[in-house]
Amino acid sequence: MKRTKSDYAVSFVSYAFIILFAIACLIPLLLVLSSSFTSQASLNINGYRLIPSELSLDAYSLLFKSGTVGPAYGVTIFITVVGTVLSMLVTCACAYAISCKSMYYRGTVAFFIYFTMLFNGGLVPTYLWVTKYLGLSDSLWSLILPSLVNAWNLLLMRNFFNGIPDALSESARIDGANDMVILFKIILPISLPGIATVGLFYALAYWNEWYKALLYIHTEWKYPLQYLIMQIQKNIQYVQQNAANAGVVTEGLVPAETTQMATAVVTIGPIILLYPFLQKYFVQGLTVGSVKG
Amino acid sequence: MFGLYIAFVDYRPMKGIWASDFVGIENFKAFFATNNWITVTGNTLFLNALFIFFTTLTSVIIAILLSEMKSKWVKKVTQSIVILPHFMSWTVVSMLSLAILSSNGIVNQIITAMGGQGIEFYNTASVWPLILVILRIWQGAGFGSIVYLATITGFDSSIYEAAAVDGASRWQCIYKITLPLLKNTIIMLTIMSVGKIFNGDFGMIYAMVGSNSILYPTTDVIDTYLFRQLLENPSMGQTAAVGLVQSVLGFCFVVLCNKVANKWSPESALF
Repeated sequence: MKRTKSDYAVSFVSYAFIILFAIACLIPLLLVLSSSFTSQASLNINGYRLIPSELSLDAYSLLFKSGTVGPAYGVTIFITVVGTVLSMLVTCACAYAISCKSMYYRGTVAFFIYFTMLFNGGLVPTYLWVTKYLGLSDSLWSLILPSLVNAWNLLLMRNFFNGIPDALSESARIDGANDMVILFKIILPISLPGIATVGLFYALAYWNEWYKALLYIHTEWKYPLQYLIMQIQKNIQYVQQNAANAGVVTEGLVPAETTQMATAVVTIGPIILLYPFLQKYFVQGLTVGSVKG
Repeated sequence: MFGLYIAFVDYRPMKGIWASDFVGIENFKAFFATNNWITVTGNTLFLNALFIFFTTLTSVIIAILLSEMKSKWVKKVTQSIVILPHFMSWTVVSMLSLAILSSNGIVNQIITAMGGQGIEFYNTASVWPLILVILRIWQGAGFGSIVYLATITGFDSSIYEAAAVDGASRWQCIYKITLPLLKNTIIMLTIMSVGKIFNGDFGMIYAMVGSNSILYPTTDVIDTYLFRQLLENPSMGQTAAVGLVQSVLGFCFVVLCNKVANKWSPESALF
């Protein structure tokens, strides 16, 4: 086949655009990484640089000495692990139920689940429900239970289960297997890409959780990592804003910007490190699940 | 859902929801009494419309261009990279933007290097819609492209072969085949996001703007406004009332958009 000039132009444009966009995605991350290794003094003089002009580990030593990062890491890991396991159990069980052709009203149930995506009670009813009726105020469970099931993930999982031939579970049923056995021994093992994808979404949602901490958590050692960053940043913003209003220079007064950057690096570190290994699963999993959706 | 009843009562924590006095639509009136609601509703709709339009546009462009790439290796690496920002929480993104936008950040360095006057972004409200849109594209467009790319990959390749035999250029293939086939997916996903157009992105706005009141005129959305109201003057009933209005309007909007889509191209409607 002959390729014309315009075909080459299409190729060139697509490579150029995508590669530029990819670079634009990476630069901010590199910027944060490099500035977290810079000393505050050189940051003040030279500003943020892609390549640190003066290497320094001050930010990290300050961060780990302050003693707030350790507990926050613990809280985040706890809610990520416990939350993801519980979420996956409930989601898989529910998705299996509404994917079973023999279940009555499964369409109705699926509609109710879908409906929660469009319409919900809003901030205040949810807040009252969690604090007054479930009594979870200032408890780590308030970070897990309200986000136990995500409707979108549930429907994604259901699409996965729908893609499995019925003959498989029917033949198992004839051999005397009950629903529990079918779900755990047959359905789950063959929908591994789906489980990896949905599990990853849950894990990331828990890892990045701060909104619920803002609403429900009041004790400092129970802050998850993301909320801790938020607090640090808010303090700095507050000081800077007041300084700007008053026209005062506040160097040395503000907690170091490099420490902020170091906190960000510590937070996204695990995601970046695990990302290359997990990435292939979710592109695949999301593709299979959503094409039919 | 029963919590919605709280929107119609004068809530007293001691009494509980059911025992509080029923006040009808008083709570709704309170929100509309001041002029703030016009600003925050306007901001919410304006920002969300920009977000939906630009992220969808960029996602579709990325998906089409990715599908045009011949090299498997480059495609895979770049796709992984453009999805990555989606997994950064807004708190982290606000850190990144600090490194870019603060007075000694990259943007101001470039401006001053070219002889211009630096901009105090954190004190300039007018540039924030643009900044928020760019951040939104940065964070969401790559991830959004997955679904479109999956749809494109699902297209029958014989259509493209036939077009190539007839002498169509690749540009014509994109314009005349890919885009029309992609239309239904685009409409469907847009309807889904339009349903949330009354819900300001609390996570994003609160993490980015926080309590920086200088930026409120252009960035304050219904959700952040309500949150502050709740902190300053804890009237649960009023906040719930606004939440209810938001939900109902959003729901009506989805149904409306769906109607329009039904008329326009029936196969892309949700229900």
